[in-house]
Amino acid sequence: MARAAGRPVSELVPELAGQAGGRADDGAASRRTVEAVWRIESSRIVGALARYTNDFALAEDVASEALAEALVSWPRDGIPRDPTAWLLATGRRRAIDAFRRRSGRDERYAVLARDLGDGGAVTGGPGTQREPGPDADLLWDPDRIDDDRLALLFVACHPVLSKEARVALTLRVVGGLTSEEIARAFLVPVPTVQARITRAKKTLAAARVPFEVPAAADRTARLASVLNVVYLIFSEGSSASAGEDWMRPDLAYEAVRLARVLTRLVPDEPEAHGLLALLELTAARFAARTGPDGEPVLLEDQDRRRWDTSAIRRGREALSRAVAVGRGLGPYGLQAAIAEQHDVAPSVAATDWERIVLLYEALGRVAPSPVVELNRAVAVSMAAGPAAALPLVDELVATDVLRGSYLLPSVRGELLARLGRAAEARAELELAARLCGNVRERGVLERKAAAL
Amino acid sequence: MSKYMLIMRGTDEGQAAYEQIDFAKVMEDMGRYNESMMDAGVLAAGEGLSDASEGSVVDFSSETPVVTDGPYGETKELFNGFWIVDVASKEEAIEWAKRAPLNGPGTKLEVRRVHGPEDFPQDNEWVQKEEGWREQQAAR
Repeated sequence: MARAAGRPVSELVPELAGQAGGRADDGAASRRTVEAVWRIESSRIVGALARYTNDFALAEDVASEALAEALVSWPRDGIPRDPTAWLLATGRRRAIDAFRRRSGRDERYAVLARDLGDGGAVTGGPGTQREPGPDADLLWDPDRIDDDRLALLFVACHPVLSKEARVALTLRVVGGLTSEEIARAFLVPVPTVQARITRAKKTLAAARVPFEVPAAADRTARLASVLNVVYLIFSEGSSASAGEDWMRPDLAYEAVRLARVLTRLVPDEPEAHGLLALLELTAARFAARTGPDGEPVLLEDQDRRRWDTSAIRRGREALSRAVAVGRGLGPYGLQAAIAEQHDVAPSVAATDWERIVLLYEALGRVAPSPVVELNRAVAVSMAAGPAAALPLVDELVATDVLRGSYLLPSVRGELLARLGRAAEARAELELAARLCGNVRERGVLERKAAAL
Repeated sequence: MSKYMLIMRGTDEGQAAYEQIDFAKVMEDMGRYNESMMDAGVLAAGEGLSDASEGSVVDFSSETPVVTDGPYGETKELFNGFWIVDVASKEEAIEWAKRAPLNGPGTKLEVRRVHGPEDFPQDNEWVQKEEGWREQQAAR
């Protein structure tokens, strides 16, 4: 791809878009082509622009302007022969314009504008052996691309940003989604997404966050934030917190893709592989998780023949890579190991629940949380019966840490039902239904309560 | 997200021209291309096929299948390998196809969407059986 980007701009002669297709579709077709190129190249484009301007917010601005310009001019003038070089060259010109505007106010920008304008600071290095064009060859330095993309991911997931901002910014600059696509995925208006991104850029500038891969001392904490953002995107897609639909698989698959990117960028981090494994092994069950009318299907009722076996294979491979790093499994790796136990079992009854209990115990120690305890209780009920699990759940009720969550009464209701305490079970399940935000899931709980 | 297969097709002439290129260079270019797809998180699978002359063709034109050795005979095009990519749109699959390090007369990449379970009626007995086979394969 560095090869394609290395072509001089003189080659960027417009060609007729959709040569083979009808004219009416040309606009839509070239719009989709712009989006496709953006998908593939946005992280490299924004990353390269951020490195050379040393200003993430400006880089994102000018990259977005280039994208907006492409959405107008490609349908009109045809798709350039080298779309990536076109986007990069346009972004760079916008950056120089911005520096020139600011150079009146600040001598620093004047120097930058001069350097960028000469191409002096931005060419050179191994990326430019293929005839640097007047404007095109600019920012590519193949040895730096991965660093740039990694820095981009770390900046987009920076702890100074709100969770919503991290998610939107990551999908936008690393995932290459447009604001419209992000808005659609999260069922929020487009201006909301745009406002989140604008505010995020302002926050990063105010906090003087540098565009760089964090130093070793900060790296673990910063990586945890990156992993968390990818996980949040997946969770929202795999169990939508609001709305009519129980799942938004496309959003979940974006997270899988981001996790794959991450394992390539930090191959020595076991938790990156652990996270990818968890997402692949969970997504493998998607097709069976929804019934014909869009209602959720519980694990025990799922048709396991519908699980995606190639996703299971990819997930197990990722899990063995996490193990192979040799530093033990972290919270994501342990959750992946639990998911693996489900994925390889022929049925709920034939699942190795004792091993799952062990894995939950380990998870509870490295990442203690009431939800993990609740899941452990479920596993205990499967391994040793509901009577053994109920005290664990009652302990959680006593500590009151899960107040307001529908999960606790739904599990408690389930255990009581299995113990034959129907009236108490019904009350718990009805409470769970009232607390549940997802319409589809609420229906399942109501039906369960009614069946008692 | 959908899966697309990028199918490498070529002619004898294109194949002959391709063989003139330095093998190390071919390996390097292909390696880089595969890596770029892995880096982007889109590569799901891919295989290259050995020489068509080592293959056989089973022809169903007549009542009983006729087996011939070697290249496709009448066929002017050879199938040389494939990639499967996990992408957001057909356009993205095409963008990846355009980046393949291929060239030469008659050399083509065909871009085809891979069917998912959503494309078939789930109550069909044979669809269910096929899923059973897939499950058994994965268990191995």
